[in-house]
Amino acid sequence: MEGNYTVLNRLTNGIFKENPIFKLALSMCPAVAVTNNIRNGVLLGLAVLFVQVASNCTVSLLRRVIHERIRIPAYIIIIATWVSVIDMVLAAYVPAVYKEVALYVKLIVVFAIIISRLEVFACRNKLWPSFWDGVGMGVGFLFALVMVGFVRELLGSGTVWGYEIVPFRPFFFWSLPPAGFFAIGLLMALFIWVEKKFEAWQQKRKEVRP
Amino acid sequence: MSDPRFHVSVSPHLRDTATIGSIMWTVSAALAPQLVLAAWIFGPRVLLLAAVSVGSCVLCEAAMQRGLGKKVTVRDGSAVLTGLLLAYVLPPGVPLTLPFWGGVFAMCIAKHLFGGLGANFFNPALIARAFLAVGFPVAMTTAWIAPFAWHGAADAVSTATPLYLLKHYGAAAMFQQYGAHAEALRHFFLGIRPGCVGETSTLLLLLGGLVLIWRRIITWHIPAAMLGTAALLAWVFGGETLFTGDPLLHLVTGGMFLGAFFMATDYVTSPSQPRAKLLYGVGAGALTMLIRFKGGYPEGVCYAILLMNCLNPVIENAFRPKRFAAPLPKPEPKPAAKPEAKPAPDASQKDGEGRK
Repeated sequence: MEGNYTVLNRLTNGIFKENPIFKLALSMCPAVAVTNNIRNGVLLGLAVLFVQVASNCTVSLLRRVIHERIRIPAYIIIIATWVSVIDMVLAAYVPAVYKEVALYVKLIVVFAIIISRLEVFACRNKLWPSFWDGVGMGVGFLFALVMVGFVRELLGSGTVWGYEIVPFRPFFFWSLPPAGFFAIGLLMALFIWVEKKFEAWQQKRKEVRP
Repeated sequence: MSDPRFHVSVSPHLRDTATIGSIMWTVSAALAPQLVLAAWIFGPRVLLLAAVSVGSCVLCEAAMQRGLGKKVTVRDGSAVLTGLLLAYVLPPGVPLTLPFWGGVFAMCIAKHLFGGLGANFFNPALIARAFLAVGFPVAMTTAWIAPFAWHGAADAVSTATPLYLLKHYGAAAMFQQYGAHAEALRHFFLGIRPGCVGETSTLLLLLGGLVLIWRRIITWHIPAAMLGTAALLAWVFGGETLFTGDPLLHLVTGGMFLGAFFMATDYVTSPSQPRAKLLYGVGAGALTMLIRFKGGYPEGVCYAILLMNCLNPVIENAFRPKRFAAPLPKPEPKPAAKPEAKPAPDASQKDGEGRK
């Protein structure tokens, strides 16, 4: 079943073509909940990146061992193991920021994006493509959280990464949870629009210089 | 062959002279007296509020239509009407940025991102109010102005609305502030009370609504069902014990008449069949009273109508008229179960497994 995957192909697939938030619209719940500032978004994004890569590699290595019928419980146990690892690491080394995202880090176990990548990719591909698939998806998720967090933090509290950019709080609304949906929806539209423009431009270039 | 008895034409055969523009401008005109009254009671600031709201809506409609490559149709008055209704559901003392952002939200997100006139899921003015209530919670719940406060003091005196007093301090406290029972009701009916810009005068809104019914712009079903249900529930559950409530009190306070005649009857977001309209009105009235009695907010008309907007497609479908035509062909039998085959790598999500 192994396809012809290159590193670049896996990375662009995760970040642009099948971006977890903007394209697949998976794991929206944490994306809305933690993105009222960039720092939380980055932390959760890094945690997801780690869990995704680690679980992808584990499942890829064990793909001939795990029986088809019990694959979902097996994946969950693997994900839960890696989530426990990152949970304890974050709690030990960055306790201050960890406090704010603790609940969501524990919830990574049930993030749809992770198990979906195990199900559709890692369980039938070799270690190397699976590793890069995990990196691509994790970075895509991180990228989306940073975008949403940036917009919401700047508009909601006038800061970026805690540094004051404008001396007042423009729209308190953007700090509230419902605004997460608006931010994601609007950024999703922008993302797809830019992608379409890019594709049209690429197509045009191909036609000019075949 | 030009016998006038045999006029051959393509459908539609029923024609009407009404246009979007004529309807929208008539509704706006029916609303206008209330704005004059509000300007007299709450001060000329109200006119400024309405001007900002209407201006913002019209500008955003034009900008969105131009940006999306559609025909710019601001002349049909629908943006003006949305702006006017938006100003009507705001407390009179809010800063002028609120109507502006409300207009942007109503037009850009609630109306044009959903497809423009005729395709919006929610009433734009009400969804903008809900948006402002979330985004600017302090201004939206405290910026009330006492009637005629602007005649004397330089600064507006903030006060509490009758429904707020009723909810948090009980009926006795409310009548203590607004006079004896009959006098209070008379003032509420005429519109001399704190409240949102356009919801105060039951009398003027009722007259406006009757004009709309007389001009056949709306039918009686939704307002009658909504007000009737609300009055019934107020009578049953409004008092200390069952069946001792005061139905009139709940009809003349809050935005009941504005909602029933001008918000719930919005063509796009309400059903078109008479029986469906009755159900829609009953639902809106019941939800309003549920929110007023049991909810966290003193007033529930806005959210009740928005919730019924969500149910509108379902109601419309349930009351679809009988189809006079050959029966539809039966749906094809489902193909046999697919053989167990692994989907191609990178196939899209499997049945939302593990979706969070």
